[in-house]
Amino acid sequence: MSGEAVNVTMQTTVQATVLPASGQSPAEPILYARGLVKRYGRVTALDHADFDLLPGEILGVIGDNGAGKSTLIKALCGAVTPDHGEIFLDGRPVHFRSPMDARDAGIETVYQNLALSPALSIADNMFLGRERRKPGFTGKYFRRLDRSTMQKEARRHLSSLGLLTIQNINQTVETLSGGQRQGVAVARAAAFGSKLVIMDEPTAALGVKESRRVLDMMLDVKRRGLPIVLISHNMPHVFEVCDRIHIHRLGRRIAIIDPAAYSMSDAVAIMTGAMKPPEQMAA
Amino acid sequence: MGRRKTSGIHLVAVVNRLREENVKTRLRGLHLSIVGALVLGVASSASAQDIVGLITKTEGNPFFVKMREGAAQKAEELGLEFQSFAGKYDGDNEGQVAAIESLISAGAKGFAIVPSDSSAIVPTIQQARDAGLLVIVLDTPLDPIDAADATFATDNRKAGKLIGQWAAAKLGDDAANAKIAMLDLATNQPTVDYLRDQGFMEGFGVDVKDPNRYGDEDDARICGHEMTGGNEDGGRTAMETLLQKCPDINVVYTINEPAAAGAWEALKAAGKDDGSVLVVSIDGGCPGVENIKAGIIGATSQQYPLKMAAMAMEAIAEFAKSGTKPMVDSELGFLDTGATLITDEAAEGVESISTDEGMALCWG
Amino acid sequence: MTSTVEGPGRQGPADFERVLTEADAAVASFDEDEKTLLKRVQHFLHEHPTAVPFIVLVTGILLFSALVGDRFFAPFNLSLVLQQVTIIGVVGIAQTLIILTAGIDLSVGAIMVLASIMMARSAVIWGVPVEIAFPLGLLVGTLCGFVNGALVTYMRLPPFIVTLGTWSIFGALVLWVSRSETIRQPDIAAEAPILQFTGTALSFGGARLTLGSILMILLAVVIWYILNRTPFGRHVYATGDDPEAARLAGINTDRTLLAVYSIAGFICAIGGWVLIGRIGAASPLAGQTANLDSITAVVIGGTSLFGGRGSIVGTLVGALIVGVFRNGLALYGLDNLWQEFAIGVLIIVAVTLDQWIRRISA
Repeated sequence: MSGEAVNVTMQTTVQATVLPASGQSPAEPILYARGLVKRYGRVTALDHADFDLLPGEILGVIGDNGAGKSTLIKALCGAVTPDHGEIFLDGRPVHFRSPMDARDAGIETVYQNLALSPALSIADNMFLGRERRKPGFTGKYFRRLDRSTMQKEARRHLSSLGLLTIQNINQTVETLSGGQRQGVAVARAAAFGSKLVIMDEPTAALGVKESRRVLDMMLDVKRRGLPIVLISHNMPHVFEVCDRIHIHRLGRRIAIIDPAAYSMSDAVAIMTGAMKPPEQMAA
Repeated sequence: MGRRKTSGIHLVAVVNRLREENVKTRLRGLHLSIVGALVLGVASSASAQDIVGLITKTEGNPFFVKMREGAAQKAEELGLEFQSFAGKYDGDNEGQVAAIESLISAGAKGFAIVPSDSSAIVPTIQQARDAGLLVIVLDTPLDPIDAADATFATDNRKAGKLIGQWAAAKLGDDAANAKIAMLDLATNQPTVDYLRDQGFMEGFGVDVKDPNRYGDEDDARICGHEMTGGNEDGGRTAMETLLQKCPDINVVYTINEPAAAGAWEALKAAGKDDGSVLVVSIDGGCPGVENIKAGIIGATSQQYPLKMAAMAMEAIAEFAKSGTKPMVDSELGFLDTGATLITDEAAEGVESISTDEGMALCWG
Repeated sequence: MTSTVEGPGRQGPADFERVLTEADAAVASFDEDEKTLLKRVQHFLHEHPTAVPFIVLVTGILLFSALVGDRFFAPFNLSLVLQQVTIIGVVGIAQTLIILTAGIDLSVGAIMVLASIMMARSAVIWGVPVEIAFPLGLLVGTLCGFVNGALVTYMRLPPFIVTLGTWSIFGALVLWVSRSETIRQPDIAAEAPILQFTGTALSFGGARLTLGSILMILLAVVIWYILNRTPFGRHVYATGDDPEAARLAGINTDRTLLAVYSIAGFICAIGGWVLIGRIGAASPLAGQTANLDSITAVVIGGTSLFGGRGSIVGTLVGALIVGVFRNGLALYGLDNLWQEFAIGVLIIVAVTLDQWIRRISA
C-alpha cells in the first residue's frame, strides 16, 4: 500500500540520468525507457514502467511472476511494441517493430529457449541469419558460404569466453550439454551485440557447475565493455554479478537497489510488496 | 482396369480413406436430388425424370471417358437424368462404394458400373439391388458374375484368345519355340486381368492349368509376368525387367494399349523395334489403332465401350418403365458386346479387320 | 564459518559454490573412454547420416549379384536400374527440399504429369512452338509449387492437408487439359522431338545412360550446392529444424518456404520432361504412384520427416535402393508382392534407424 503512494510522487519526475551504484558520478544511460504502457485487453502488463541501463554495467531485473518484467524485456528487445511510452538508445528515440530492428540497432538477446537450431552446427548457429559469403566472384554470383572464416570466427568467439571444452566446431548443437548450448548462445550475442546484451533466465535450466561457467562468461562480456541486462529468478546469481538491480512490480519499476547495500531477503520483500521500496532508489 | 501398384506404406490407406469424399466427376448426386426435389416441388410440371447412374473406374482412361459420353448421350435421348461418378484411380474401391450409396439415397432407378475391385464391391451392389435399383455391370464382370442383375461386357477371354491365335498363326512353326513376355495389370489379378491373360494363352496354345489364375503355368515359353498398372510407365519398366530375364523375347502380350506403348519404348531402347517382336494388346481405342498403323502394336482386340454404355442406359430405362430386367445369357453369364481383331497383317485362319476399318469404329 | 546467504553486501559465490573452485574445471567433457561400441556407431551415424542408406545399397547389390548372378550385376542392368529410378529420383529431389522444411508434398506426381501434359499438348495439339511450350510447362510446374507454398505460409495450413487438396486439384487439371487423351509418341516425335530429348541414351562399355539420368545427377549437384554452400540452404535447414529459432535469428521463414515449394514445383516439371523421355508419350495415366514413391525414396535415404536433417545424396541412394530391390527380386523370379513387402520393410527400418540416431545427446 505505502509502496504505491511513494510511486505516485516519483512518477512525475522524468529523469534522464540515474544515480548509479554507490559512489560514482551520474552517467548517461545507454538504454532507457520512460512511461511504457502495454495492455492486453483488460490486463495491463506495463503500467508506466521506466527502465535505465548504464554503460558497462550488469543490471539485474527481478520481479515476481505476473509483475510484467517479461513484457518489459520484450519491449526492449523488439518482440512487443508498447502502446505508450518512449525508448531511447544512446540518447535517441527508437521504435522497434520486430526483434530484428532491435538486433540491427545493436541489441542482442539470449532468449530463454536459446533460439538455437539443434540440427545445425555450432558455426552455423553462430551465424544464423547473418551468414558470411566468400569475398569475390563465388560469393557474389554463386552466393557461396565462407565456411572456413565462419568456423574460425566461431572458434575465436567461443574460446574468448573460455568454452574450450567444445572440441569440434562443426558438431551439431543437439550434441552439446545445456551449459555448452548456453555458452554458444551467449557467445553469439556477445559477438554481434554492439550496444548491449539482454539475457533472459540464462541459468534457469542449468546445474551448479554450468551456471558458474555462465556467470563467469557474463563477467567476461562485461569486461569487454558490453552492458548486460540480466533477468533472473536466481537471487544468489543476481546478487553476485549485478551492479544494480531493477525491481519490477505490478507493471512498473518500483526500485533500483545496490546489491551491496541490500540483502536478498530485502529484495524479495520489495519485489513481493512486503517491504516499502527505499525512496531515493525509486525512479 | 484393375489395381494399380500400391506401396506398402500405411500412408496409402490413410490417404485412401481421406479421399473417399473426392469421387464425383460431374453432377453431384445428393445436391442435385435436393435441388431437383425443390425444383420439382415448385414447378408443377410432368413426372420427374428418372435418375440413372454410371460409375467408372477412373476418368484418366479414355475408355471410361468415352463410355461416360456415350451413356450421357443415350440417357438424354431416353429422357433420363444422368449422374456419373468415377474412382480416383484404377483400383479405388472405396470411391465406388460411396458413389453407389449416393445413388441409392438419390433414389436412382438403376446404374451401370465398371468395378475397380470385382469382389470387394459385391456387398454394396447387393445393397443397391435390395433397395430396388437395377445394377448393370460393364466391362469387368463381378466375382461371382451373377451378383449383378446383368453384365454387358466384352468377352475378355475371347478378346485375349483372338490375339493369342493371331500371334501363334503369325509365328507359324516358330510358335513352338517362342519366348513370351506377359505384361499384366496388377498383383491381385482382377477378372479383366486374368481373363485376358488366360485367353491369350489359350489362343496361343499354352496350357493354362487353372483358367482363372495366371502364374501357375509351367510352359517354358513364358518368360514371366510383370505388372504394369495399365499405364505407359509401368509398361516400360515391366518390359525392361522381362527383357533382362529373357533377352530373346519375341512375343509380348500387354493388358492394354497404354502398357503396350510403354513396352514399345523399352523394346526400342533394346534395339528390338525391328519387327522381330510381336506386340499384341486389347482395347481398340483410336490411339491404339493408330499405333498399329505406326507398327508399334501388331494386333489388338477392339472392344466397344459406347455400345456397352448405351445398352445399359436402355436397359435401365426399360426397367424404370415396366420393371422388366434385361435377359441374361445363362451359359455365358453376360451379354457379349463383341470383340474384333484389328491388324494390318492378317493371319491365316484368324478373322480380322484392317486399321482403316478399325479407325471408323474406334473410341477415344 | 558459514557465511549467511541472507546478509547484506555484495555476495560472492555462495559457500556451496565456492567448493566448485576445487572441482573439475571442465563444464562438460566427452567421456570418450566410456562410450560403448553402440554409442560410437550412433555418433558416427549422426555425423554421417547417409552412411546407412549407402551400406544398404551396397548390401543389396551384393545380395542380388550373389542370388541372380550376371544378369543382375552387368553394367547394362545396373544402368537400367538407374534409368528406372530417374523419374522418382528427380521428383525425390523436390520432395527432399520440402521434407527438409518439415513439410510434405503429396501433389508432386500431379505437378509432374500436369507439366508434361502442358508441354506436349501445347506443342502438338495447340500448335505452340516448342520454344514456348517447353518453358510453359516449366512455368506451370513452378506455379503449382507456388500455390502450395502460398497456402502453407499465408494461410498457415499444414502441408499434408494442403497438398492432399492440391493433389486432387492438379489431378483434375490434368484430366481437363488433356481431355483424358494421351499425346502419342510418334506425334511428339514429329512436332516437338526436344520434349523426348531426355530419353536419348549414351552407350559405353555395355552400360546405357540416358540424358535424363545425367540431368537428374546435375540437378542433384545444383540443389546440393544450394543446400550446403549457400545461406539460403542454411535457412532451409533452420526453418525445418526449429522455425521459432530461425525466425528469432532473423530468417524470413515464410519467404524461405515459398521459395522451397516453388523450386520443388519447377523440379517436378523437369521430372515431367524426363517422363516424356522415358515413355515417349504424354499421358494422364502416368505418375499415379510418384508422390508416394518419392516419399519412400526420401525416407529410405535417411532424411527425417521431422525436418532439419537429410540430404539430396541420401534421396538418390534411397531411390536406387528401391530400384535395386525391385529389379533384383523380379530377376530372381519372386512374385511381385514380395517387392512391395521388401519396400515396406526398408521404410520401417529406415525410419526406426533415423529415430535411434536422433536420440543422440551429450
